[in-house]
Amino acid sequence: MSAPEPVISCKSVWKLFGPNADHYFSTLKGAPSFQSIREAGYIAAVRDVTLDIPRGEMLVIMGLSGSGKSTLVRCLSRLIDITGGEVHVDGQDIGALKEKELIELRRNKMGMVFQSFGLLPHRTVLDNIAFPLEMRGQDRHTRRARAMEVIELVGLSGREDYFPRELSGGQQQRVGIARSLAIEPDIWFLDEPFSALDPLIRREMQDEFLRLQRLLGKTIVFITHDFDEALRLADRIAIMKDGAVEQCDRPDRIVMNPATKYVAKFTHEIDKARVVRASALMQPVNGAALTGDAVGSQQTIHDLARLIINDPREAFPVAGDDGALLGMLPRQEAIDVLLGGHA
Amino acid sequence: MSIAITDTPPVGGGLTRIRMAQILLIVALGLIVAKTVLPAGLIRPPEWLVWPFADWINAAFRFMRDDLGLIHVTRAIADGIEWLLDVTANLLYGKSRWPNIGPIPWTVIASSAAIIGYALNGWRLALLSGGTFCWIAIMGQWTWSMETLSVIVVAAPFSILMGLLMGIAAWRSALFEKLLNPVLNIAQSMPHFAYMIPVVVFIGVGPKAGAVVTIIFSVPPMIRMTLLGLKKVSDEVIESGKMSGATQLQLLWSVRIPTARTDILVGVNQVIMQCLAMVVLASFIGMPGLGQKLLQLLQALKVGRSVEIGITIVLLAVMLDRCSKAWAMRQPQHHDKGTPWFVRHRLALIWAVLTLVLLGLAQVVPLFDQISRRQALSLAGPLDAVVDWFIVVVDPVTTWLRWFLIVWVLIPLRDAFLFAPFSAVLMLIAAAGWAIGGLRSAAICVAFFGFIAMSGWWDRAMITVYTVTVSVAIATVIGFPLGIWASRNQARAQRMLLVCDTFQTFPSFIYLIPVVMLFGVNDVAVVGAVVLFAAVPLIRYTIEGLRGVPHEMVEAAEMSGATYGQTMWKVRLPLALPTIMVGVNQSVMFSLFMVIIAAFIGTQDLGQEMQRALSSSDVGKGLVLGTAVAFMGLLVDHLVQTWGARRRALLGL
Repeated sequence: MSAPEPVISCKSVWKLFGPNADHYFSTLKGAPSFQSIREAGYIAAVRDVTLDIPRGEMLVIMGLSGSGKSTLVRCLSRLIDITGGEVHVDGQDIGALKEKELIELRRNKMGMVFQSFGLLPHRTVLDNIAFPLEMRGQDRHTRRARAMEVIELVGLSGREDYFPRELSGGQQQRVGIARSLAIEPDIWFLDEPFSALDPLIRREMQDEFLRLQRLLGKTIVFITHDFDEALRLADRIAIMKDGAVEQCDRPDRIVMNPATKYVAKFTHEIDKARVVRASALMQPVNGAALTGDAVGSQQTIHDLARLIINDPREAFPVAGDDGALLGMLPRQEAIDVLLGGHA
Repeated sequence: MSIAITDTPPVGGGLTRIRMAQILLIVALGLIVAKTVLPAGLIRPPEWLVWPFADWINAAFRFMRDDLGLIHVTRAIADGIEWLLDVTANLLYGKSRWPNIGPIPWTVIASSAAIIGYALNGWRLALLSGGTFCWIAIMGQWTWSMETLSVIVVAAPFSILMGLLMGIAAWRSALFEKLLNPVLNIAQSMPHFAYMIPVVVFIGVGPKAGAVVTIIFSVPPMIRMTLLGLKKVSDEVIESGKMSGATQLQLLWSVRIPTARTDILVGVNQVIMQCLAMVVLASFIGMPGLGQKLLQLLQALKVGRSVEIGITIVLLAVMLDRCSKAWAMRQPQHHDKGTPWFVRHRLALIWAVLTLVLLGLAQVVPLFDQISRRQALSLAGPLDAVVDWFIVVVDPVTTWLRWFLIVWVLIPLRDAFLFAPFSAVLMLIAAAGWAIGGLRSAAICVAFFGFIAMSGWWDRAMITVYTVTVSVAIATVIGFPLGIWASRNQARAQRMLLVCDTFQTFPSFIYLIPVVMLFGVNDVAVVGAVVLFAAVPLIRYTIEGLRGVPHEMVEAAEMSGATYGQTMWKVRLPLALPTIMVGVNQSVMFSLFMVIIAAFIGTQDLGQEMQRALSSSDVGKGLVLGTAVAFMGLLVDHLVQTWGARRRALLGL
């Protein structure tokens, strides 16, 4: 990722809850801990978070409940006003936007999916999905036509006259997804979209979501408390604890090199071979003599397991998608990962 | 029954809350015992303590009415309302006013009601709605009922609109909510009559006054429910609205209000029921209709005829309640794709056709248009016979009961309440306040009751307190075991709750019919009516409290080998008690309302004075009396709420 201009960029963002939090924040110096802020009677929901999200990336924010991940995403969409720092969207400081400009931004650039769907109970599927279009004043006909498009996209054709309460949880969330896509947003926020669903449906929705993402290629901020889900979906994962980001990196790097003990607790139980790709273990060739077929840099060690066990080579050449030689994969390290050896 | 409440740690002077309450209690008892040697100023409020609130209020009202010319404004509003009333009166019972097209044939109204009932909740409601109007027509009560309904038809929409707007205002402005809250608290605990006196002064008497008083009386619940509904809308729904790019106004009209629909419609239901209750009582200020008829018949002790009217009022109440509740609970439902329009609008079509047919028939067959009094049936004869027979049968019991209650319970208790020096009563109240909520509660309670002492109606107030105390005590003795019995299994609990629900929809006036029938016109009848009225919320909350105890706790008790009785006494009752106390609270409120209404069958309490204030249009006196009654209710409310909140916190509920 050769640092294109970030779509969303936040610089030391803070969010404190409590009486007169702004004033209290202005008295803070240095980097106070979560505990010391709490003793003062405030909750630090977001603590000094700095993140850049480049165009087209899917950033998954992972944390347990109360870690501040939902608050962070609400700061990015300015559903909540931040206490300190800056959030830029497409180069605009959204904290400085007037209400009208903010509404314009949401009407044209942002979509959001909610954990408990946030559907309007008195509107049909069609009217729920057309709601953002109605808000920006589009006429009935165009509204309907666009809504039908997204209904088809999320696979709800034939249900457009149903009311939310007549749908299953999975279907309701499809409506939520369709609504957030109706305005063709550039930025897509998803706040634990699948947490309220049962495990089988969740899996199905994740696949559906990956399909949509491949189709649409949006910039995505995805919130979850489920580490497996994060690993499945993310380009990068930001792990949060007590309002601060503990580590923000590619899934395989997090699994291989957890930055803190807290992160290590999550990675401990993970079958690393399924996460780590050849590129993560890759070393420079440095003149070593490599023979035989190359492995793909995006293949996981688990994909390569049979080869790694059976092929006697000490190291395998690693090639990119275009076939160019990128480096080599030492066999011993691959076996270590496969057998769950060292971290 | 309840676990001993742990004392708060000693504060300041080292006195616990309970110890302080005990001291106050001993002082109070001392004052009672030493009554004979007390100075007069401690026995009854001395003159310097009695302030002329009524005169001040009257002066203020005179200023507003005459000097500010408010009377022209109110008269103008009243004239507007009268015009609307005339329109509905013409349509419903053919009063000769514009638009001069009425009356609509009764068959059309009955069939429309049936179809509305069907649309809202199927056959049973259709039968109830249609049947109610058929009964009214056949019993020859059409005009009276329509007089009553025409006021509701005008008043309810006014209240709903006003309540909605004020609810939204209170939701938008925290300050307005703060100001409104105590006003609503007092308004909702003021007896009906207190509302009537200012209306008589500003508007006069008759249907328009009835409509205005009905509107004023029924607004508070709508404000409350609107506010509650708006606050309850889930954050995510609002956030989803914001993320859809809704402006503040769009959020309010397209997201918040539709999502709060059910709560707002529950408010509508309450408005309609309050309207009915008030419109019946407004007969006291010359509102014609069912209420006036019932009042006359009751005063003439014509039991059979008054039972007929009573049945009509009950049917109307149940019908209005069920229909508006069904509307509130109704969930939207989609039609399958490709359903033709005449299927989608099936009911509207049936209604149109039926109405046309009935309108035509009414032209040909007069019986389909109107049923005159002479053609009407009456059950009065047989009803009177049955009632007479019944009274003869139960007479030994009722006579004995009447004698026993009056001689052994009511008179001694009343004398005891009147005997107590006012200083002792205030001390007792302070003790109760202190025991439950410390200094703050004690101060609030003494302030509430202190006003009553200062109002100059101490003896009357004590009689009201005595009637309410006796009635709530008897209601508890009846209602509590009944509630426990009914909560034994789900089916029985549901049946009982349905009965309670139905009873609660009856306008309070109705409760007087059976007691007057059984006991005649005296104190026992008053207490009887209050007990009937007050027992309903007690039964209701006892059942709800007991059924609401979490299953795991009951199961845990059963697995610990507890018998049914042990589970009840050691687990279910203590956990249900906060809810049951809500019932007691409501029971006291209801009793206060009923005691005041019952005044016209002869009591000597505040209600009787209220009646006098009403007949002499004395606004000041009426409001002082009304406030005194409201403060009694608020005092109990404060104590129960404080206790309940602490108890719930303790139990972690």
